[in-house]
Amino acid sequence: MAAPFSWIKPEPHGIYIPPADCWVDPSRAVDRALVTHGHADHARGGHGETVATPETLAIMELRYRTGAEDDAGEIPHRAVPVEYGETIRLKGGVDATYIPAGHVLGSAQILLEHAGERVIVTGDYKRRADPTCPPFEVTPCDIFITEATFGLPVFEHPPIEEEMAKLLERLRAYPDRCVLVGAYALGKAQRVIAELRAAGHHDPIYLHGAMEKMCRLYEEHGVNLGELRLVADATKDDILGHIVICPPSALNDRWSRRLPEPITAMASGWMRVRQRARQRNVELPLVISDHADWGELTRTIKEVDAQENWITHGREDALLRWCQLHQRRARALALVGYEDEDD
Amino acid sequence: MEEFAALIDALVYTRSRNEKLRLIAEYLRATPDPDRGWALAALSDGLDFPAVKSSTIRNLLKDRIDPVLWTLSRDFVGDTAETASLLWPAPDAPPSPPTMSETVALLGEMSRKTVLTELPKLLDRLDSSGRYALLKLATGGMRIGVSSRLAKTAFAQAFDVSVDEVEEYWHGLTPPYADLFAWAAEGADPPDIENLPTFRPFMLAHPLEETVVDLQDYAAEWKWDGIRVQLVRAGGETRLFSRSGDDISTTFPEFLDILPINAVLDGELLVRGTHQGGEEGGAASFNALQQRLGRKTVSKKMLTEYPAFIRLYDALLIEGDDVRTLPWTERRGRLEALASRLPGSHFDLSSVVEAKDFDHLAQIREGSRVDAIEGLMLKRKDSPYIAGRRVGYWYKWKRDPLLVDCVLMYAQRGSGKRSSFFSDYTFGCWDGDPDKGADLLPVGKAYSGFTDDELKKIDRHVRSNTINRFGPVRETDKSLVFEVAFDSVHESKRHKSGLAMRFPRIHRIRWDKPPHEADRIEALRALIAD
Ligand SMILES: [Zn+2]
Ligand SMILES: [Zn+2]
Repeated sequence: MAAPFSWIKPEPHGIYIPPADCWVDPSRAVDRALVTHGHADHARGGHGETVATPETLAIMELRYRTGAEDDAGEIPHRAVPVEYGETIRLKGGVDATYIPAGHVLGSAQILLEHAGERVIVTGDYKRRADPTCPPFEVTPCDIFITEATFGLPVFEHPPIEEEMAKLLERLRAYPDRCVLVGAYALGKAQRVIAELRAAGHHDPIYLHGAMEKMCRLYEEHGVNLGELRLVADATKDDILGHIVICPPSALNDRWSRRLPEPITAMASGWMRVRQRARQRNVELPLVISDHADWGELTRTIKEVDAQENWITHGREDALLRWCQLHQRRARALALVGYEDEDD
Repeated sequence: MEEFAALIDALVYTRSRNEKLRLIAEYLRATPDPDRGWALAALSDGLDFPAVKSSTIRNLLKDRIDPVLWTLSRDFVGDTAETASLLWPAPDAPPSPPTMSETVALLGEMSRKTVLTELPKLLDRLDSSGRYALLKLATGGMRIGVSSRLAKTAFAQAFDVSVDEVEEYWHGLTPPYADLFAWAAEGADPPDIENLPTFRPFMLAHPLEETVVDLQDYAAEWKWDGIRVQLVRAGGETRLFSRSGDDISTTFPEFLDILPINAVLDGELLVRGTHQGGEEGGAASFNALQQRLGRKTVSKKMLTEYPAFIRLYDALLIEGDDVRTLPWTERRGRLEALASRLPGSHFDLSSVVEAKDFDHLAQIREGSRVDAIEGLMLKRKDSPYIAGRRVGYWYKWKRDPLLVDCVLMYAQRGSGKRSSFFSDYTFGCWDGDPDKGADLLPVGKAYSGFTDDELKKIDRHVRSNTINRFGPVRETDKSLVFEVAFDSVHESKRHKSGLAMRFPRIHRIRWDKPPHEADRIEALRALIAD
């Protein structure tokens, strides 16, 4: 009999499953990949076959044109959709089940089962309600492979209603300006828009061109974002007193000069730290994240109650220390290619 | 305290100077006395609570959170007060924030002993923003991008008074500045400082750079390499102030009983010697003066081995006469007359450098390195004495810096805005021939001279070329060469290399230069000025 869990191998470029000959969230192109969600550090282009939720596959197609034909008129990439709650049998007797992770549209934890052993790879996740995706489901397993992006006790994301109130209050106080919100183009931007709508803000929201397609994709998947307009089609006067959403990289860019005296805001969990906000020249920090904060991470580890926790991309040291203090077995995985998302 | 905390938060996130001025002015107008006075003191670094130190906060937190988690958090956030404000466990009771005055009173009452029980009680009454403001206030030095000058300017703006007048009274007053608010906000008589030995803001010079001046209109003086001081006698007391207005009287007791009349004098504090300007120059190197600086008590031996004197540049007040509005030429006349009445053991006059024209002056300046002087000062002959730096009146014309190629050895994480970058660099020169196995010895440290983009690049270099970690310090693989600029180099027992640079800064980053081509210690030693 094989040693316990010998069928799952953390490698520098992702988690490898030898009997199925496939990888979870590999950071380079492979023959067969299981992908948790569409963010670039988890979903790379160029795989031969991708197993993911239909939403994630749609996002990847938009970003990497994985549906494109080659010179021979064939589509070289094979997309294998798996719905939430659905189990798919891989080679070598490995089962994979996709479970909601509550991170962004289509995001899933992947439960892997083999020889009676259960391993969960969370990808990224959060425990807060999000109008753009179904909530994280706590699922029992033997090894829990968790992210740790905000794995420091200083990170506590406030209720999103408070942050929306801050944003709307600032907007009202400066009717002759506009508020420019930097938000990650996949997930954060759409969540901010959906939460603004939930807070009763039904004015048109202006978008940087790079946001348009992803917002449309969200709407096609049933997320209602209200009236969206492009900055490119508007005059300065149109935008006065409105909210504009752009990728974080455009915040201090020439592009923003076409806006009427923008108040620079940024929606990110990093905004909890003042110096981080100052480094990005942010005037209105909005502490909004699609990742679990410290409280959520530790609560999830307790609730899942796995025999062992493996900690990936983020601040592994602190979460590892917490596990040690709470007599939970844990190890840090040195995966490469994961970056701090602008989350 | 909530209003003050909100102000601090708003200031942290505001880039524009005008917006900062507006925010502070609005706060000062809307807040009652004495709270606003305490806030003004906090913003202008006028508060000091010796019982509360950064280490106090660290100790308090390490009792409440695992020390490893504390250290990891502190390293990431980069600021002890902020980390503590975020990690402080939320109390069960709803916040009941104290007023500014109550906060200041409670902090003032704390001793090293009571602080560990009293500070937590105060923290428990505040939310996270309030805790941040409290801890910044308590440990002094807000470091939120508001200078003391900016706070005073905002005060002037709030009540529509002149900032020069505010500066004039400032040093005679203490927090919460009741007289200052009464005058500016309520139209009371201005504070009376005539009989107080208070500091008056210095007149400062602009770098000359490409400007060429006509010596018809400007007088030239040597720029001596000591420290700029102001000697004040009023109300029967004499005090000596440094450039920043710090009272350094106790460090230089020889001046406290020496002025025969009431006056405010501007000059350079130096130690007797021959390094600057030769025998007749009569001043030792800055290194000699350094032996005297920063001491709380001064021995007889110090006084005789390193006798200090003031080389007079200018006068602000003479026997109750405010001469600041007079042109420089006239003030100079009054100063010369006064200098002849002062003891030569403790005073002399900074002489005027005579030159035929600007080119001739340039030649004279070239020679100043030999004389170990910093360079020249150019003063417009009709210039009044005005606080601060005004264009067109005074120029400093420093000699060009010295340059040497050094190798980056260690990098340390910066603080504040640079907290996530390795921005403080220790660099070294070769102690012999690097191709024959010579080692690098550290010769200096620099934190400036590079752009934000360069900082990012150096930071990346440090991260990917680390060979050792010591807490916040990384040792690198010694593969990057810096061209370092500095004003002078001196013997120093403090460093293993035996040398210490004055004002070192990164002049250029030599990505192209192989480290073994960097300079050797001998090359640096040859530039020693004393
Ligand atoms: Zn993600
Ligand atoms: Zn991620």
